[in-house]
Amino acid sequence: MPMRKLVILGAGTGGTIMANLLRKRLRRADWAITVIDRDNEHFYQPGFLFIPFGFYTKKDIVKPRSKFLPRGVEFIVAEIDRINPAANEVVFQDGSTLSYDFLIVATGADIVPSETPGMLDGWRDTIFDFYTPDGAAALAEKLKNFPGGTIVIHVNETPIKCPVAPLEFAFFCDWCLVRHHRRDKIELVFVTPLPGAFTKPVASKALGRLLEEKRVRMVTDFNAERIDAAARKLIGYDGREVPYDLLVTVPTNMGSEMIERSGMGNEFRYLPTDPNTLRSKKYENIFAIGDATDLPSSKAGSVAHFQSEILAENVVRAIEGKPLEPAFDGHSNCFIEAGLGKAILLDFNYEVEPLPGRFPFPVLGPMPLLKPSRINHWGKLAFRWIYWHLLLRGRPIPFVPSRMKMAGKKRPAEDTASSEAK
Amino acid sequence: MPQKLFGTATVDVDAEGFMTDFTQWTREVATAIAKEEGIAELNPAHWKVIEFMHKEFKENGQVPSIRKLNKSGVITTKELYELFPGGPAKKAAKIAGMKKPEGCV
Repeated sequence: MPMRKLVILGAGTGGTIMANLLRKRLRRADWAITVIDRDNEHFYQPGFLFIPFGFYTKKDIVKPRSKFLPRGVEFIVAEIDRINPAANEVVFQDGSTLSYDFLIVATGADIVPSETPGMLDGWRDTIFDFYTPDGAAALAEKLKNFPGGTIVIHVNETPIKCPVAPLEFAFFCDWCLVRHHRRDKIELVFVTPLPGAFTKPVASKALGRLLEEKRVRMVTDFNAERIDAAARKLIGYDGREVPYDLLVTVPTNMGSEMIERSGMGNEFRYLPTDPNTLRSKKYENIFAIGDATDLPSSKAGSVAHFQSEILAENVVRAIEGKPLEPAFDGHSNCFIEAGLGKAILLDFNYEVEPLPGRFPFPVLGPMPLLKPSRINHWGKLAFRWIYWHLLLRGRPIPFVPSRMKMAGKKRPAEDTASSEAK
Repeated sequence: MPQKLFGTATVDVDAEGFMTDFTQWTREVATAIAKEEGIAELNPAHWKVIEFMHKEFKENGQVPSIRKLNKSGVITTKELYELFPGGPAKKAAKIAGMKKPEGCV
């Protein structure tokens, strides 16, 4: 039998884990694995949040992508023009092609500031992002010299990567300003298209309360039509205006332009993907992982990690012609930095919203859910080590299974009562 | 399961008033929900949006996003806000008898 080919597009969190897991499961004599990315810089993305406040610099959170790919995997640095699913091939920008038997799309999501009229007019002058290494570094400089006024933290459109990051930014900002005795000179405003701090009710209430405690004013249900960068204000479709001196925005997030050029994406350039098996809804030999999918799960590294074992199993099953296992439950897990050296932990899936309780063990914890604590903050800091050493290499993280566990979680009494009453 | 009377029809709804059984939806029910949402009368532009949402849901099983409505050429986002003041995605879905749009977490 000739050598068969598995191609992985993207060597970020999802693509790197898949290369590690599948190299172990597919015989080297039968299967060649090729990973393609446009560069060789792997950023630890949860670290971006820490850069504007001077806790990390860019060099603390970047390593070569190639370092985390196993032996026996070919790594190509090149720009992909498109996928040609009819011919089972990937077309590079120089016109050359690479054929595949199976393809995994792991091309992630990125910010697209040009989607909002006026946003680029004030870009990195009074408008900043912290979803890119350069943006976060530029914002660090800006914050250092910011004289005072109104800082608006803005989510333009959902879904976004790491949906809690803007909240963390608000909490951190408050904490830093308090420590430097500058909090009274600066107003913090949180602007979101959602009706509250978060999408799901129990967490939204808890996080909304925390914003209030930290004197962060919330503007909800706000959809920006445009930005008037000269007058420094956000203008909503409903006519509301939010003035700012410094706008820290999370622009619209979209999938890779390559997906759009391939004619394979939805309106956000995400690949329509089966929410449980992770196979493309249209092509039997194409799978997707992480932010590149159109799933209603969070766009976060933990989700890609939880998907990875299920996806590896399903790729192997597809290769063997067996039925796929519809095992992915939307499991997501994240630490939210709350300032004051504390963090909040969330654990949830498609069906079960983030709830209070203990994690990973009932009663024993040691980590409390949905409540700020020091141990969660240490958990978050330790996570950078876990990311590079365990997660990317496809090694299990102790006590954290792919599928969410209900044990240890408690639905608040008032919430159960009110939903039963209605 | 909570129920609600719209005109002459009683329909099943969730805690926030979104219909849970699409087979119970009629144009009369839609008109009544719209009134409750502060839209006195559904004009042809409203119906165009509602029909598009139904078609999308049938084809993809998902309530379309505002971006999808805009991109499909059915209606611009600006017009959508004029037709369904407040939260157009939520309001249009409610009137169309669909579940609440899943804000992705």
